[in-house]
Order: sequence, then structure tokens, then C-alpha cells
Amino acid sequence: MSLKNPVLTASGTFGYGREYTDFIDLSDLGGIIVKGTTLHPREGNAYPRMAETPSGMLNAVGLQNKGVDYFVAHIYPEVSQYDTQVLVNVSGSTVDDYVACAEKIQALDRIPAIELNVSCPNVKQGGMAFGVSCEGIASVVGAVRKVYHKHLMVKLSPNVTSIADIALAAEDAGADSVSLINTLLGMSIDAEKRRPRLSTVTGGLSGACVKPVALRMVWQVAKAVNIPVVGLGGISSATDAIEFLLAGASAVQIGTANFIDPAVSVKVVRGIEDYCERHHIGAVSSLTGALEI
Amino acid sequence: MVKRILDLRLAEKREWPQTVLLKLRSDVEPLPEAAPGQFLQVRVDQSPATYLRRPVSIHFIDRERRELWLLVRKVGAGTRAMAEWPVQTRVNVIFPLGRPYTLPQSSTRERCLLVGGGIGTAPLLYLGRVLRQQGHQPVFLLGGRSAEDLIQLNEFEQYGELCLCTEDGSAGTKGLVTDHPVLQGPSPDRIYCCGPKPMMVAVARYARQKGIWCEVSLENTMACGIGACLCCVEDTVEGHRCVCQEGPVFNINQLKWQI
Ligand SMILES: Cc1cc2nc3c(=O)[nH]c(=O)nc-3n(C[C@H](O)[C@H](O)[C@H](O)COP(=O)(O)OP(=O)(O)OC[C@H]3O[C@@H](n4cnc5c(N)ncnc54)[C@H](O)[C@@H]3O)c2cc1C
Ligand SMILES: Cc1cc2nc3c(=O)[nH]c(=O)nc-3n(C[C@H](O)[C@H](O)[C@H](O)COP(=O)(O)O)c2cc1C
Ligand code: FES
Repeated sequence: MSLKNPVLTASGTFGYGREYTDFIDLSDLGGIIVKGTTLHPREGNAYPRMAETPSGMLNAVGLQNKGVDYFVAHIYPEVSQYDTQVLVNVSGSTVDDYVACAEKIQALDRIPAIELNVSCPNVKQGGMAFGVSCEGIASVVGAVRKVYHKHLMVKLSPNVTSIADIALAAEDAGADSVSLINTLLGMSIDAEKRRPRLSTVTGGLSGACVKPVALRMVWQVAKAVNIPVVGLGGISSATDAIEFLLAGASAVQIGTANFIDPAVSVKVVRGIEDYCERHHIGAVSSLTGALEI
Repeated sequence: MVKRILDLRLAEKREWPQTVLLKLRSDVEPLPEAAPGQFLQVRVDQSPATYLRRPVSIHFIDRERRELWLLVRKVGAGTRAMAEWPVQTRVNVIFPLGRPYTLPQSSTRERCLLVGGGIGTAPLLYLGRVLRQQGHQPVFLLGGRSAEDLIQLNEFEQYGELCLCTEDGSAGTKGLVTDHPVLQGPSPDRIYCCGPKPMMVAVARYARQKGIWCEVSLENTMACGIGACLCCVEDTVEGHRCVCQEGPVFNINQLKWQI
């Protein structure tokens, strides 16, 4: 899979792209990754689903989506017109669900890749159970690999002891690339009311506050695997993005920062170009892993 | 309506003990079209405590002066920081957002009751003005804890009759909006309501009993404000709906409230 530039938008933070067309030209992006899509429709978790935290936020959306058949019938016709790569984030509760969903997406010509979400912390069986053990990830990735013949990106959970081991297990099971990080499991309490701020008590932390953790994990994973690494977690500027590239990422995703500045993704694209010019770098790919220690 | 990211200038402000009126001006271009009930996402200062934008209703739009008025109640870090902005501060907003109030047909001369509680009175000023301009008869029923909560009254007065009430009796009749005698009189054709949830539920119950058409404006917490994150959903008869995109205004028949 080739991208115009190394900037994608992260699943669950960019809707289906259409939410942002008033602010940016989607064709300026390397790609967009649409919302988590499951085999069957899901209503998601109860409100409240969001709590702001210092320099970040917790969410407990819980994979609300209308299911893959709805995507194929009603959303694909629109997103397939975009002049950028469109990836589908595939989520599920059982191996069979992931496989069935991936097969349906495979039939769509204009979707060059799926991002397998084995790391959603917000539903009881949201895949995180798969994403936190080497056996778990190997079972889902292996099963999907058998039926899915295009680019298979696997999105890793940071809620693990050794993310490099998990990444290796995904690579061994047939992943073409890995993306990381999904949200960090967190919690927020309203002391006055003595109640949790989220209906689900715990939720996924994202935004600027997670960046140091994400950067460290990208660095560890990039050293361990031979497949491309896509870095994300708290990226809010071109400088943030370049740090991920230097740590070993081949591309980056922008998530929560889109909520604060809906035009930030294109600013990151331009900022990376400026950086390359200033540093006389011909191909942005030469930044990948160029960290000097 | 196309959503825009705009840099406006704080041209004028007025403060009350708990509330601030911010008049934002667009120096370079006319303001985009917007309708009553819509809102903005305001960028505060991106300190750790105000990472996300804050949703604020359109209090009033003065098209000729290219002014957008916000009425903000100081409840936490973000709204307090907004109240401290010096005049001339550049304010970054995303605007206009959300589905507006449904206006009656312009030929029908309807009697509209606009019920606001606390800071929920904010969106009703522009609504009242547009209703009045279209030949309808707005009546404002505004409630608060005490007289301090009832502000901008000389502005409201320009567009319709005022009915006031406070819980402590320091202004208007004593009690809740639903105790006000105006509700005992002839039924209005429509009710528009914005305020704390218990108040909106009580008003919705009144409207349901009397069979009066009623829209309420919700204030669910938001992250993006543009329909991308699904954080702000309300459980409706059609399932989870985004308050920022399919609301904030909902007809009471769409909601699953116990009324
Ligand atoms: C569509 C919409 C329109 C709004 N219009 C206005 C307006 O015109 N004027 C105005 O003053 N406020 C309005 N609000 C509410 C306003 O967005 C919140 O008061 C603000 O985000 C609080 O930010 P803060 O940093 O000051 O407080 P925080 O530190 O975030 O919170 C302080 C306290 O306020 C409560 N709070 C936070 N957000 C909300 C919310 N959305 N609704 C109710 N309570 C909340 C918290 O639970 C907490 O107890 C609107 C909200 C929405 C969703
Ligand atoms: C509201 C919200 C919804 C999300 N939904 C999904 C999802 O459906 N699938 C997924 O793989 N990740 C989802 N994520 C995780 C993001 O894609 C991303 O991995 C994470 O937020 C970290 O990046 P950031 O700090 O740049 O946001 C979601 C994040 C947020 C904030
Ligand atoms: S606040 Fe993001 S969808 Fe409504």
C-alpha cells in the first residue's frame, strides 16, 4: 500500500471523513481510517462516554456503528470517491466476527487495507482480550490473514507488559504492518458526587498526555519487528509527528487533536514538508528510525 | 450550513457575579449564516485543564456589526478563563454547529413560549428576536435561583413579554418556572425550552399533558462538536443520536425521558 504522504487520521476520531470536509481537503491527506466497524450493528455504551483529563480525554464510546453491511451499502459509495487512501478499522468480539467482517471489506475495490482493532478497551469483548496476549493476537491475526489478502495492519494495545512481544506475535501471524497505540485504560472520578465520570467506570485515555508513552512504545516495537510501524498517540503538530518518524514509524495517525483543531491533519502534512526542506531531506522515508542515540 | 474555523476579536464584555457577556467581532469578513439554537466550539487557552474546546450557544447575532454574543456562566476552569479574557483577545471558534430550533411557518403568527432556566436563557434571546422578526409573538418565561440569575432582561424585553420567577422570590414570582401563572393561562402554540435537565423534564411533562409542541435544547458533554467522536450521544427513540450534530435541539417526542 502506498500513501501520498505519511499522515493518516485515526479511527474513531475522524468519523467517515465527511465530518471534516468543511475544514480541509481530504485529498491532502495520506489516508483516513474510518470508525471501528463490526459485523453486527452496535449501539455503543451509555452516556456519559467522555471525561476530559489533564491534556487529554477518556472515552467509552464502545464501538458504536451500524455494522459492516451498512458500511458497504451506504458509506462505501461515498468514501470510495475520496482522493486519498481509505482504510477500515475492523473490530469484533470473536475470531469469527473479525473474519466475517474482513471478508466483506475485502470485496471492496477501493479499500486497500484494514486496520485490525484488537485493542479496544471499551467493550467487554472489544478485542482487547485478544490484544493483550501473544496467543490471543496470533489467533485473530492468523485467522484473518487466511481470508484477507490485501494489506493487513494490526492496531496494538498499550495495556500490556511487553508491547514488542505482542508486535512480534502479530508479525509472525502474518500482519503486514502494526499501528500503535490504541488508548490507555484509565479512569476519572467526580469527588463531589463520589461517582465515576464515565458510565463504564473505566475508559480509554488519549490526547497530548499519552504522547511520551506512545513514543516509547513505537521506538521499542520498531526495533523489534521488520514490518512497517505506524505511530500514533497524542500527535498534535508536525514536530510531534516527526518525533514518531525518528523513533521508527513509517507513517503517523492523528486522533484526538482533530477535535481541537479540525484542520490539524493538513497542518501536520505541511509541517513535515517544511521540516524536510529545512533539513534538506529528499524523501520523508529517510526520517524513519533516524534517531541518533 | 458550512462550518468554519474563525478567529474573532473580543470587542466588548460585561460581567455579573456568576456570568459574563462576550461580544465577539469578525473584523475581516461577515459572519457565516447561523440560526437560533446553534452553537460554537470555543477554544479556551489549551492549558492542561482546558484541553478540549467548550460548547457555547449563540446568545445573539448582530449581523450589521458582525457581532456574535455569548453569555457564559462561570462553572469551571474553561468558563472562568473565558471570563478573564481582556478585551481585544483573539478567540478561535468553530461555528455554526448543530441543528437549530424549528421555526413556525412565517405566515402563522404563533404565540411561542420560550422557557429558560439559569444559563439556559442564553440561546433564547436570538430565538426570540428571529421569531419576532417573522411576525410571531414570543413570551419569555425566565427562571433562576435568585434575581442575580436573571440578566439581559432589557435585551429580552425588546422582543416579547417577560415572565420572571426565582426560587427565593427575589425577582418575579416565587417558585419554579412550572409554577408560573402564565402556564395557567391560554396554551401557547409552541414551547421552546433550555435549562437544567430537571427543569426541562418538568416543562416537557407540562407540554405533553397539554398536547403542546415542544423542543428542548440539550447540553451533553462534548469532545469534537462536529459529529466525529460519538461522545455526546443522547438515547432517543431512534437509538443513540449525536447531540452536537442531530441536536442540540430535540423535539420532546424524540427523547426517552420519563415524562
Ligand atoms: C450545545 C451546548 C451549548 C451550551 N451553551 C452554553 C452557554 O450558552 N453558556 C454557558 O455558560 N454554558 C453553555 N454550555 C455549557 C458549557 O459548555 C459548560 O459549562 C462548559 O463546557 C464548562 O466548562 P468549564 O471548563 O468551565 O467547566 P469544567 O471544569 O469542564 O466543569 C465544571 C462543572 O461544570 C459541569 N459541566 C461541564 N460541562 C457541562 C455541560 N456541557 N453541561 C452542564 N454542565 C457541565 C461539570 O460537570 C462540572 O461540575 C453549553 C453546552 C452545550 C453542550
Ligand atoms: C472518541 C474516540 C473513539 C475511538 N474509536 C476507536 C475505534 O473505533 N477503533 C480504534 O481502533 N481506535 C479508536 N480510538 C483510538 C484512536 O484511534 C487512537 O488510537 C487513540 O486515541 C490515541 O491517539 P490520539 O492520542 O492521537 O487520539 C478512539 C479514540 C477516541 C478518542
Ligand atoms: S461531540 Fe463529538 S460527536 Fe458530538
